[in-house]
Amino acid sequence: MFPRPIQKASPAAQITYKTLLPISLILWLLPLIAVAIFSVKPAADFTTGNYWGWPSSFEGVTNYTRVFFDSDMPRYLLNSVLITIPTVLGALALSCMTGFALGVYKFRGNFLIFFMFIAGNFVPFQILMVPVRDLTIDLGLYDTKAGLILFHVAFQTGFCTLFMRNFIRALPYELIEAARVEGVSEIKIFWYIVLPIMRPAIAALSVLIFTFIWNDYFWAVVLTQGPGAQPVTAGITSFNAQFGVAYNMLSAGSIVAALPPVLMFFLMQRHFIAGLTLGAVK
Amino acid sequence: METPAVPQSAYQPVQRSWFQRNQLKLAPWLFLLPGILFFLIYVIWPIAQSFYISLYDWNGLGDIHEQGTYVGVQNYVELAGDRNFEISLWNNLKWLVLYLLAIPAGLFIALFLNQNVVGIRIYKSLFFFPFVISQVVVGLVFQWFYLPSNGLLDSMLGLVGLGPLNVLGDPDLATYGIIVAGLWPQTAYCMILYLTGLNAVDPEQVEAARLDGAKGTRMLWYVILPQLKPATFIAFVVTIIGALRSFDLISIMTNGGPFGSTRVLSFYVWEKSLSERGFQYGYASAIAVVLFLIMLVFIAYFLWSMYKEERAG
Repeated sequence: MFPRPIQKASPAAQITYKTLLPISLILWLLPLIAVAIFSVKPAADFTTGNYWGWPSSFEGVTNYTRVFFDSDMPRYLLNSVLITIPTVLGALALSCMTGFALGVYKFRGNFLIFFMFIAGNFVPFQILMVPVRDLTIDLGLYDTKAGLILFHVAFQTGFCTLFMRNFIRALPYELIEAARVEGVSEIKIFWYIVLPIMRPAIAALSVLIFTFIWNDYFWAVVLTQGPGAQPVTAGITSFNAQFGVAYNMLSAGSIVAALPPVLMFFLMQRHFIAGLTLGAVK
Repeated sequence: METPAVPQSAYQPVQRSWFQRNQLKLAPWLFLLPGILFFLIYVIWPIAQSFYISLYDWNGLGDIHEQGTYVGVQNYVELAGDRNFEISLWNNLKWLVLYLLAIPAGLFIALFLNQNVVGIRIYKSLFFFPFVISQVVVGLVFQWFYLPSNGLLDSMLGLVGLGPLNVLGDPDLATYGIIVAGLWPQTAYCMILYLTGLNAVDPEQVEAARLDGAKGTRMLWYVILPQLKPATFIAFVVTIIGALRSFDLISIMTNGGPFGSTRVLSFYVWEKSLSERGFQYGYASAIAVVLFLIMLVFIAYFLWSMYKEERAG
């Protein structure tokens, strides 16, 4: 293990380490802690200049209730859910198939197609912006959730294919060959043999894509406008316009908008990290 | 494997359809079809279209052939003399160079947290926290952090008798202020990559090196870092792509200002097309093409590395 385990160090060093841990964490999360404190303060604290002092009263319940009942926030949150979940399902469905095809079969063009998916995944969004927006308008899907979903599914398929293909590559190939010898059709091999053992990859990708799509801002701004279809990342700017300099409300709104991926992360931490660190270990 | 001894006469060729006989050749393409179709329509083809649009003078309304005028490379010629384009390009360079600090910073935190004490798992997750939050919220949080005189930064500077500092209002400081905000989640990402990498470091090599008297930075440099190479590679890929993709933070924190000093190419594309100052779709596409070509250099390098890896393994 590197660095040397702290248990082998002197007692003084151990105590120093154990005090440094919480201090460094507080410093690291300071901006967030500040926002959390803001969100339970009354509006009056900001008009009287009490930004960093002790809250004059605790208004957490009032502030968060207002986020849900006095603004379009619930709509934006619902939109985000209705955009994110279908995208995750769609991208997973497509990439299970592409990953299977690229991971299992040897054919001409395999590498080329694989690289097309990887390269496409890295391109700047802006080179797609104008054409994708025009396409979405032509399809009559501008300012709809479907328009956003279709694009997200297509784009995420790139990253998901990379992930799935590499995962399938690491599986024992004998399994598939044995099934073939038995005369099992390819579609049944996919459905009954490969798909069940891909469950960890599917879990990892779903949390990861959930987070990516929930946090998307750029495409939300390019393809939607207004509370009808806009997800919460774009909606929060209108929310902020509504509440102006009421920092307590702005903070509460931000926390609500950021919460779902955070919950997802803490609930499915192992899968999340497995997904992010794909390839970080040989 | 032994072939079981079956009398020749017992062999009865099974009648199989054309599809069954060609299954192995057809199957990959059928599995690929939906994914490729989506990807071609929404990713590959739009790239080609952007190249095409960049040769036109077009305000985005109506059909490009009726409302737009073909101008050849005129847009690119204009770019060469565009002061704002130059600013964007320089800012992109700043992002690229400074963003790379996330890699050593992430490694540093990973080394700090790679211990076995009570509650360390929770510490690791909480350190990773900033990456899970959307960049929009990160942008807002840092905007308030930088608030002139009332923000946390100024309040802390005030304690030691410094400031006030209007970071986001100062054309010379604003870009750096945004980059710092971006480094926060990016460092968390690199940290998690290195934590995973450190987990897989071969303990025998470490022990052997220890017996040889290696420790501290020499150990890190000669024994640990070579084993962390895959993690470092991924950290480079995601950090460079992240730096060139920066848009959300700029849009939220300064909207390109003050006086356009925080523009980067991705933001400038947006500004020239979809913002209220925009409607120059041809010109915006030309900027997008330049950004794409810059990224292509990195993408080509990444693909090349992966290709070599694939051949070797």
